[in-house]
Amino acid sequence: MKPHAFDYVRATSLQDIFGVLDKHGDDAKILAGGQSLVPAMNMRLAAPRVIVDVNAIEALHGIAVVGDMLRIGAMTRYVEIAASDLVARHAPLIVRAVPFIAHAAIRNRGTFGGSLCNADPASELPACVLAERAVFNISSSTGERSVAANDFFLGTYTTALEPTEVLLSVDVPLSGPDSRYFFDEVARRQGDYAMAGLAARAEVRGGVLVDARLVFFAVSDMPLMVSATAALLEGQAPGSVDAEAICEALIQNVTPQQDLTTSSVTKEHLMKVLTRRAIAAFAREEA
Amino acid sequence: MTAPIIVTLTVNGEPVNRAVEPRLTLADFLRDELGLKGTHVGCEHGVCGACTVHLNGATVRGCLTFAVQCEGAEVETVEGGTDSGRLKDLQDEFVARNALQCGYCTPGMLLSAAELLEQNPAPSRDEIREHLSGNYCRCTGYQAIVDAIETTARKRVELER
Amino acid sequence: MSDRSAVSVLDTPNSYIGRSVSRPNAKRLAQGRATYVDDIMLPRMVHLAFCRSPYAHAEILSIDGTAALALPGVLRVVTMADLQDYCTPWVGVLDHLKGIKSAPQWPLANGKVFFQGEPVVAIVASNRAIAEDAADLIEVDYKELPPVTDAETALDPDTPVIHPELGDNLCFERSIDSGDVDAAFASAAVVVEESFHFNRHTAVTLEPRSIICDYNPADENLTLHMSVQCPHMSKHLYAKHLGLDENKVRVICKDIGGSFGLKIHTYSDEMAAGALTVMLGRPVKFIADRLESFVTDIHARDHRVTAKMAFAQDGEVTAVEMDDITGIGPYSVYPRSSGIEMNQVVNLTAGPYKHLNYRVRARAVFQNKGVMCQYRGVGHPIAVAVGEALVDKGAAALGMDPAEVRRRSFIPDDAYPYTSPSGAIYERQSHRQSLDKLVTIMDYEGLRREQRALRERGVYRGIGFASLIEVTNPSPAFYGVGGARIASQDGCTIRLDPTGGITCATGVTEQGQGTETIIAQIAASAVGVAPGQVRVITGDTDVVPYGGGTWASRGAGIGGEAALQAGKELRRNILEVAGAILQTAPENLDVRDGMIVDAKGFNERMPLAELGRLVYFRGDTLPDGLQPELVATKHYVSRSYPFAFTNAAHACLAEVDVETGLVSLLKYWVVEDCGTVINPLLVAEQTRGGVVQGIGAALYEECLYSPEGQMINGSMADYLVPMAAEMPEIYVDHVTTPTETSELGAKGVGEAGTAGAPGAVMNAINDALEPFDTRLSHMPFTPDKILRALGKT
Repeated sequence: MKPHAFDYVRATSLQDIFGVLDKHGDDAKILAGGQSLVPAMNMRLAAPRVIVDVNAIEALHGIAVVGDMLRIGAMTRYVEIAASDLVARHAPLIVRAVPFIAHAAIRNRGTFGGSLCNADPASELPACVLAERAVFNISSSTGERSVAANDFFLGTYTTALEPTEVLLSVDVPLSGPDSRYFFDEVARRQGDYAMAGLAARAEVRGGVLVDARLVFFAVSDMPLMVSATAALLEGQAPGSVDAEAICEALIQNVTPQQDLTTSSVTKEHLMKVLTRRAIAAFAREEA
Repeated sequence: MTAPIIVTLTVNGEPVNRAVEPRLTLADFLRDELGLKGTHVGCEHGVCGACTVHLNGATVRGCLTFAVQCEGAEVETVEGGTDSGRLKDLQDEFVARNALQCGYCTPGMLLSAAELLEQNPAPSRDEIREHLSGNYCRCTGYQAIVDAIETTARKRVELER
Repeated sequence: MSDRSAVSVLDTPNSYIGRSVSRPNAKRLAQGRATYVDDIMLPRMVHLAFCRSPYAHAEILSIDGTAALALPGVLRVVTMADLQDYCTPWVGVLDHLKGIKSAPQWPLANGKVFFQGEPVVAIVASNRAIAEDAADLIEVDYKELPPVTDAETALDPDTPVIHPELGDNLCFERSIDSGDVDAAFASAAVVVEESFHFNRHTAVTLEPRSIICDYNPADENLTLHMSVQCPHMSKHLYAKHLGLDENKVRVICKDIGGSFGLKIHTYSDEMAAGALTVMLGRPVKFIADRLESFVTDIHARDHRVTAKMAFAQDGEVTAVEMDDITGIGPYSVYPRSSGIEMNQVVNLTAGPYKHLNYRVRARAVFQNKGVMCQYRGVGHPIAVAVGEALVDKGAAALGMDPAEVRRRSFIPDDAYPYTSPSGAIYERQSHRQSLDKLVTIMDYEGLRREQRALRERGVYRGIGFASLIEVTNPSPAFYGVGGARIASQDGCTIRLDPTGGITCATGVTEQGQGTETIIAQIAASAVGVAPGQVRVITGDTDVVPYGGGTWASRGAGIGGEAALQAGKELRRNILEVAGAILQTAPENLDVRDGMIVDAKGFNERMPLAELGRLVYFRGDTLPDGLQPELVATKHYVSRSYPFAFTNAAHACLAEVDVETGLVSLLKYWVVEDCGTVINPLLVAEQTRGGVVQGIGAALYEECLYSPEGQMINGSMADYLVPMAAEMPEIYVDHVTTPTETSELGAKGVGEAGTAGAPGAVMNAINDALEPFDTRLSHMPFTPDKILRALGKT
């Protein structure tokens, strides 16, 4: 179980990355934490001809407040997020998600940007950044662009990133005093891929919920934002939401994809369980 | 390049300089190039934890890191942790409590335990179990391992007093 | 038979039997200083990888290895045609399993492939990565054949026959009809019935299958460095099929990274390594990687059972009827056959109970999936789970407590020896005593009260029992009578060294369970030295006495008895020499803690080291006519009973989250009766490890196959094994009923945990769900199945 041979480039600047990507396109692959890419390479499911290692590029690291956003560098490791006061204060949803991601040694190495670019539909962080309405800062040799989270995830392992582009950082709107969060997932063992998970954010203004976002993961080919269902929470007092009505509406709109041991109807049921838990959590926080 | 690349790093406190194929994982590098057979290869896809080593002070999967990535890095394996004595109390407790049977998972288990006790000197049993959940043991059923780590932690705390 | 009535070394004050001694070899393992096969580097060694079948059933039309052979670093690309002169095929049948049949198996596919992962082409290269590169370049043209995957339809007339020369897909069938089953069911107060699925799962040793075959053409010696539980069996098989002189084959097993029954079988890829070392005259290393392991290691279980049980009004079990069908893959595995697990199910179901009316039909059928064979517990988990689930279901129907139904149905303590309706003979068991101790240590009544209180609050906890019997210490009745050269006897050679220490070579092997430690404890006690003065050698056929190795929980019971008798013989020899030197009768002397002492009063007369010095270096000073023999060898085979039967009582406390279907195991208790406990620490850890593997079967582990015969979860990420976070604390206690077939009195303990846990977990889940009037019996108990049973999906 050894990977195919590849060429290795240790990038020390963004220009190094662009140079490789411009030359090799799809044949090249960016190596961040490697916790998803390397298993795929060892299994020979992925066989990039060129690996560009971006671990040494300072510009991709770091967490900072920039204006009304929290900027998280793409190479920020899960363990750094878990330990960051800034993330805890300004993007608590992401901090809550991290303990659910795999295991300690994986969290030491795996990166925020790597998880997002890998776009595994069962991963926690893509759902979180969608719920946060984060913005992706992307660069290539021809310039920079920003992509809303909603436009970034296109399918299983598929994103809006062009082969010549690199994710620099993600901007997460700062948490305010009115922000409410919920994160939970149902998994068979600690650190496993979830059977179903939910990342949610809402604001409470004037005693009612506004701008609620519910994003499920591990139920579809990409994180699933259920906007129509979330809209039903709009204007309701957190303590008096009719959870069953919300659940019914939820199920009208989605058909989850089964996985190896969890059927679609079970996922549907678990989505309802998580929805009830989110509603209850919002209510508890207000009480 | 697929041609070997020179990598310079420190392994168990000793400087190492080798030309390696880019596809060589850190686990295979330690085992086959440096003869450090205490790092075991169990699944080669990052799940079982048998190849756990410390890279710049933190546990990583040796099978999910390429040796060429370790330029300038400090790597510690079970051999290093044994020679320095850093793992000694854990090892003694594992032996006394019979917290290992076949021993294949043990080096990885010890390095994970060492990291836990550095971060959390008095972990609860649940915290120990949670931290070890990335290290598979097929022999013991885990309880003896949890016991051994809990006892080590307690003895260290007592020693501090 | 036993001479325990005489003064036994087991009873002397300085006996080490029954003490929790930690394992001296564990220190080496804890420092990463073990030597597993993959750690061994030999001069000129080459590496092996395989091009394996992507199909479950296909005909090979052509193979083109040109591009692979052209790759720099590749030495050989071989197909079965190239190996015809190097290896003969094997067939996994045993004479005493009447009617069992199978097809010849070869080191590489011979024209057809019968399961996904079957090796088709072997590539020898300078390293494993290059061998894998070459494997990717091999072009094989297959014609797909219809796969047979469903065991339950494998015997249907319109199902294709996998091996046409065998006539049908039936490997083995066995039936029993004992007593008057129909009458018993007709007159029963309560009859309960259930159908069960026992998921196909696999051992997942952390060290995968590993072998280095090193043939030296100059002296025609073959050395095998293997991760194997039975070195002498391997020595025979490799000699036989590679056409070598068995006397010139040596098997060396240093450290073994887990085995659990996985490493007692013949695997094509390993035999191919043997054929290739003979072809090349160079060492050939093959280490199965994890993806290969999942599809080619033996799998286990995969049974579909329907069974019913009859009860009298007072709760007594009166009759059992069962039908079992098991899918074993395309071959019966060599040399132990794939009929044994099914046979154990037939022999052992409802074994603790005194019912005399028993009807069973069991069939093992061929299918195009991975091969199935003996893995820890062999049949027991099925036999136990079926019997114990029916007992619980019957108790519920009778409105009785499940513990009480067991008590009323156990074979009475005074009925031993007892012959079961399947013909198994039980020497002596302690079911009632074990269960009584279990309910005490777990505070059964308190748990029932807590259960009722929590139910009021919507928390659903359940208590599940499993009482079991386990086959250990097998006699030749297991394999030898079937014609397999698998030794049921084992030997031990003990030598007094000039230092006063002893060296002990045993035929049983160490895979981490502590064999070397208990052999040292026994030898130390028998000779009269401290365990630290004992060096134990295992796993080298050039050095150790001929023996079967370690399987069927035989290490302590068989190997331990041989060590005891060898140690006693050496002690006699030592005392004879000491008596001659000290000019007294040997019976006036004894050996204690490395010192010759007076038998009465224990005055120190001479250290063993001094005796060693005189014997080995100053023979000129010894009395005339004295020829000291400071080495003794003894063998032991169990003959008075075909097997020793251990028994145990398990209990599991589980909580089911009825919202998510997740099961939390809160606590687990085992009262184990394995006869004489040599080392309580090691017995407890064997039990815990075994229980956790059984929990894996109940909750997580499952080899999932597509209808086309593709294993679809063959990675560590998708095949779930128990991890630390979900496992309960396991409390282990003992009842001790030594077997009188040996002086040591030890029965085995390696498998009982695995045998009991699936049934106990199943019963706990069903007890938790009792208010919902639903039962589960299809393992593993996934949230998906639990939610479906609860009507939530």
